[in-house]
Amino acid sequence: MKFLRFLALRILKMAAVVLAIVVINFMLIHAAPGDPASVIAGQSGAADPKFVAQLREQFGLDKPLYEQLFLYLKGVVQLDLGTSHRQQRSVASLIGERLPATLLLTGVAFAFALAAGIGLGSAAARRAGKLTDTLITVLALGFYATPIFWVGLMLVLVFSVWLGWLPSFGMGTVGADLHGWAAVADVVPYLVLPSLTLGLFYMAVYARLTRASMLEVADQDFVKTARAKGVPEGRIIRRHVLRNALLPVITFAGIQAGQLIGGSILVETVFAWPGIGRLAFEALLARDYQVLLGVFLCTSVLVVVFNLITDLVYLVADPRMELS
Amino acid sequence: MRTFLRNKGAAAGLVLLVLVGLVAAAAPLLFPFSPWDMQGAPFSPPGEDGFLLGSDSLGRDVAAGIAYGAYVSLLVGAVSTVVALLLGVVLGAVAGYLGGWIDDAVMRFTELFQTVPGFVLAVVIVAIFTPSLASIVFAIAIVSWPPVARVVRAEFMSLRSREFVQAAEVLGRSRLSIVLRDILPNALSPIVVLASLMIASAILLESALSFLGLGDPNLMSWGFMIGQGRSVIRLAWWMSVFPGVALFLTVLALNLVGEGLTDALNPRMSRRR
Repeated sequence: MKFLRFLALRILKMAAVVLAIVVINFMLIHAAPGDPASVIAGQSGAADPKFVAQLREQFGLDKPLYEQLFLYLKGVVQLDLGTSHRQQRSVASLIGERLPATLLLTGVAFAFALAAGIGLGSAAARRAGKLTDTLITVLALGFYATPIFWVGLMLVLVFSVWLGWLPSFGMGTVGADLHGWAAVADVVPYLVLPSLTLGLFYMAVYARLTRASMLEVADQDFVKTARAKGVPEGRIIRRHVLRNALLPVITFAGIQAGQLIGGSILVETVFAWPGIGRLAFEALLARDYQVLLGVFLCTSVLVVVFNLITDLVYLVADPRMELS
Repeated sequence: MRTFLRNKGAAAGLVLLVLVGLVAAAAPLLFPFSPWDMQGAPFSPPGEDGFLLGSDSLGRDVAAGIAYGAYVSLLVGAVSTVVALLLGVVLGAVAGYLGGWIDDAVMRFTELFQTVPGFVLAVVIVAIFTPSLASIVFAIAIVSWPPVARVVRAEFMSLRSREFVQAAEVLGRSRLSIVLRDILPNALSPIVVLASLMIASAILLESALSFLGLGDPNLMSWGFMIGQGRSVIRLAWWMSVFPGVALFLTVLALNLVGEGLTDALNPRMSRRR
């Protein structure tokens, strides 16, 4: 019961955040220099006057602002994110078509970053002060300072241009009509470089965090007690230190998930990965603001959902957590 | 200061940062021409045709672009950090000092901006307000102030109940004067630490924006150069490699300095060695 109340409250909070983001979107359209109708049309000043007049009617741009906001909200609730006038298609269907590719990319990158980051971080903490620790710390510091899109380009340069091992763009062999496992196997080589690019930066973040957190926990009394009882070292690390040290990493990973989705705009641009990030880049080139705002709303919703999942994972990971 | 310089990483970072600053300042002397002008044959590899780091698809000097780009990176990093600090300090101070429902409201607002995917918001803002130095600075500031507000709020909450603040209140000093003269100076060290790291992430953000073609069209920047090199990477690797190295070194230097400052100013927050 307590859990259901917690869940209901969290979902209510999520809805409030999403509502606030929709309002921000609305304000952005109206804060833009020039006529909101031409912003919606995606053209700067040169739009066909008849078309703009039609848009003005459709969006109620001659009505008072609060009525316009209401109309806009009503549309969003019905999953109507407007129309891309460049592509003559609804924004919602454009995003829906591209979303799976982005979820695949960010999901794989996130799993890689978390696994590699926790692995490297705990290896560094176990050998604190030794060469391994220094190497891992330097590596983490390096990736932490490298722009994500540049990492992507360098990986392309090394693994596609010079070594020719992996494809540098796209999401599958062009023109190949594959089904079942063959189709899956076809995507894998295309997935390696983009997910590595997106994951390396976050791997660095999680490695640093895991290291600091493990050193903190390793100093505590219950670890000393375990050691005094003669518990084997490997078991102490796994059962006592790592378990407790992972809590801040989980919290942080949840918060960072949003940044991960933002980073996918850059990675998808570098690798021509057909996800919503690439869609945003194309919209940027075509000044198709409706699509851009739709992508912004969609990524925000993803972040909010991710945060809820983090909270639930936290509940499982740490039973001491109070439901509040 | 001594603690700071004893940290080898931080000292190296500071030296590197000064070097970048010197290159930025000396750009017009080293390359007395516009980085946008054609200086020779396009796609000249590094070392050939008088190009130290090669030329790009329009025969522009990559080395000159990097030197002028250093100025843009540092400028955008510094200015947008100042704007974000102003926003964050004011909101955090108001929330932490006044407390109550104002605190609640400000913190909800802060949480909202921490939830929104920052980079996507920055892209949308710059695209809608058309790319310019002002819109880029504004966008970066809008997505970077929340951590400042949180830190400042926490500091103010703990400082406002301290005796010296109560004494100032008893003396009848105005709230503004107490906040500015008693509380803020004591909350400065975590703000300084945060600021150095914020400049680094602001520089990364600016480069990412200009990589996507959202840079100020009148300013040569590293991100723009890497974006130009993207489509011709098979032909001219130097176009994207060198600006990236410059970017990496600058951000690394700022991170090292930031960590040095953390160790020197916040011994409690510092990493264990």
